[in-house]
Amino acid sequence: MGRYIGGRIISMLITFLIIASLTFFLMKLLPGTPFNNQDKLTETQIVQLNDKYGLNDPVPVQYFNYMKNLISGDLGVSFQQDGREVSTIIGERIGPSAYLGLQSLVVGTIIGLFLGIIAALRHNSFLDYGTMVIAVLGISIPNFVIAGLMQYWLGVKWQLLPVAYWDGFAYTIMPTIAIASIVVATIARFMRTEMLEVLGQDYITTAKAKGLSSTAVVIRHTIRNASIPIITIMGPLVVGLMTGTLVIEQIFVIPGLGEKFVNSILTNDFPIIMGTTLFFSLLFIVVILIVDIMYGIIDPRIRLAGGKS
Amino acid sequence: MKKSRWTLVLSLVLVLSVFLSACGGGSNNGGNSGGEGDGEGGSAEQVLNLVETAEIPSMDTTQATDNTSFKAMNQVFEGLYRLDENNEPTLGMAAEEPKEEEKDGETVYTFTIRDDAKWSDGSDVVADDFIYAWHKALNPDTISPYASMFGTAGIKNGNAIITEGDPLYGKVEELGAKAVDEKTLEITVENQVPYFKALLTFATFYPQPKAFAEEQGEKFALESDTMLYNGPFVFAEWNHGEGWTYEKNAEYWDAETVSLEKITTKVVQDTATTVNLYETGKIDRAGLSADFVDQFKDNEEFSTLVDPTMYFMRMNQENEALANKDIRKALYLAYDREGLVNVLLNNGSIAAKYFVPKDFVKGPEGDDFREFAPDGFYADQGEEEAKEAWEAGLEALGTDSVELEFLTTDNELAAKIAEYAKDQFETKLDGLTLTINKQPWKQFLELEDSGDFDISTGGWGPDYPDPMTFLYMFETDGAYNRMGYSSEKYDELVSGAKKETDEAKRWKMMQDAEKVLMEEDIAIIPTYQKGNAILQKDYVKNFYVHSFGADSSYKWVKIEK
Repeated sequence: MGRYIGGRIISMLITFLIIASLTFFLMKLLPGTPFNNQDKLTETQIVQLNDKYGLNDPVPVQYFNYMKNLISGDLGVSFQQDGREVSTIIGERIGPSAYLGLQSLVVGTIIGLFLGIIAALRHNSFLDYGTMVIAVLGISIPNFVIAGLMQYWLGVKWQLLPVAYWDGFAYTIMPTIAIASIVVATIARFMRTEMLEVLGQDYITTAKAKGLSSTAVVIRHTIRNASIPIITIMGPLVVGLMTGTLVIEQIFVIPGLGEKFVNSILTNDFPIIMGTTLFFSLLFIVVILIVDIMYGIIDPRIRLAGGKS
Repeated sequence: MKKSRWTLVLSLVLVLSVFLSACGGGSNNGGNSGGEGDGEGGSAEQVLNLVETAEIPSMDTTQATDNTSFKAMNQVFEGLYRLDENNEPTLGMAAEEPKEEEKDGETVYTFTIRDDAKWSDGSDVVADDFIYAWHKALNPDTISPYASMFGTAGIKNGNAIITEGDPLYGKVEELGAKAVDEKTLEITVENQVPYFKALLTFATFYPQPKAFAEEQGEKFALESDTMLYNGPFVFAEWNHGEGWTYEKNAEYWDAETVSLEKITTKVVQDTATTVNLYETGKIDRAGLSADFVDQFKDNEEFSTLVDPTMYFMRMNQENEALANKDIRKALYLAYDREGLVNVLLNNGSIAAKYFVPKDFVKGPEGDDFREFAPDGFYADQGEEEAKEAWEAGLEALGTDSVELEFLTTDNELAAKIAEYAKDQFETKLDGLTLTINKQPWKQFLELEDSGDFDISTGGWGPDYPDPMTFLYMFETDGAYNRMGYSSEKYDELVSGAKKETDEAKRWKMMQDAEKVLMEEDIAIIPTYQKGNAILQKDYVKNFYVHSFGADSSYKWVKIEK
């Protein structure tokens, strides 16, 4: 297990460096300057500003400087925000995104698992169909539509919840529901399918024949075995929630990282593009590692590192 | 064993939930209750709640280039003058109007800074604070994107210092401005411009607290506590990405005029959210996009404001068809501007067949520039004339069809306007095919700069209160010409007006230049002068909006409930 994790960490670092290099060179292909009022700057001013930020150096020199700084933990300063450090900006923004993403994940997973289990156990019943209709709606209605409707009815018309801003638990409820809808739908459908497959296995019949109660069969054998594939989809879901909540962050005025990520690309804020991309890549790589480790813990049949665990 | 592994997973989930709850409670609950100005009980609590569509990119007066920064700076800093309700410069840090002296064809203005001009830490605002900021703006290492404003203001050597290759390049000490003593600032002007005082209200001419700024080094003005303020308000909080809060500045020389105790500003990009916040009383003023205008236009709190920002189309004269004046004329005439402003924009914008906006600047006789050709050029001509010109143009080109590409940006409104133009041109001008090329802003500029377009969409807001801020764009080698337009007559009139000291003559030259651009050459197709649809609570009084520089002033705002 230790050797496995060590190997994985080394390959993670290599992947990370490849991503950093690729992002750097792709970013250099973006046209235009990173300066705010590019259309009002004269040629001389653009040259002067490029000099000031080292953008007139040849690309390999810029790359070398960037990687050197990156290794020493320096992500540089933002062009659009007048010299504020990228690490500070990411640090400020990651809190709301992480909080909202993980709260949505936890809520969505619990509800999704519950709905999936109910649907499978009551296969072909009204409950099954009802649950799957909810799942299909959750996947097919974009979350910004759900967000807009909630904001209008729960926020403006009935005044039950605050319309927007980021100011305590009440402010997280509507965005959480909007984001969690896709998690609920994904997990419920997945869980239902897996449960149905497990319920048809021989060992379930054996367990029943041994005289185990239905509840014990469902809890000890069915749910557990059906949950293993769910762990696999959790990795991409976690990262997807953090990066894909841009519209929700905008609608509910949440000072998160998604908005910064997209805007940095539109404004050519090179250090922020690099910083946020690297941050999300790192997150993705780490989450995948955690998922793999959890996979091994939950299913003893899966042997890590050549069968030694 | 099996059970224990399940317990581990469940415990992880639980620990995570507890951790998350702790995170959520901690970071953002502190004193940020931006929307509590509901004012139940009718007490006139002097709190104004606003939204902005963008973060503040910079609070360094030498580095800012955008509306949000300029607006924020106008509330917390002050130059020698500030703009009043009528967009006229009124005394700010300057105690009185300057003494004026002519020396060797140059004018020397001597300003005295008020005795009670203080920074928010109680220290004096001194003449050296101005010089420090101005030298910083011109120094090649810290160059301001608005460094050219010193030259625009006519300040001695302002242009030379920022021109590479000039013997004075980078020699900031050669700028025609010096601190005679702590409270006396001398500015030497090599050519007088009539809008000199108005320019001094612009952020690039604000002072910076020299001693404090040097002490802060690179951290200066990055956070609310790494700057000092000499304006009506101070930054009490600045949560980057979320918003900022102003509080009244007790050290401000004119603090007794300031009514507001607090202003909260949150960054809200979504117009629907802005409207919802307005409807639930969380904010006191909201800008509306066209989609919301019909819903609110009968509301008493609804109003529209006209802005001196012009929108137009560039026609690239490198294109064979567009080099033909009849073709350009046909496009100019075929475009129905009324439909654009009344249906598509629906926000108080004005259909324009002119380039220097209405209600922007007044001439030596007190007349608006737009009293000259008030309805613009070819005002009475329409579709029939467009068709005639089109036929004549096609005949001269020896063809019966023309294909053109319309370059525009990828934002929602720009895309709608492009579709509208395509419809207007293609249905009225037989044989014309217009292809729309939508590009993100940076890519759009790159293509436009390199002349890689036939027709492109353009917009221009003034940097200073003079028609020249529009007209100089289309000089032959002008950086913003971008469309291969060149007219000797136009160049002569514009460069002449830049040097002319007789105000009446200068005014006439600028009007003649506009006529050449619009009527004789039909170099561009003006489309509309921008309007803004606004909702503002009736208890908000004296909210002044400006036509150039900072968008608005909160100094005089009062809450009357």
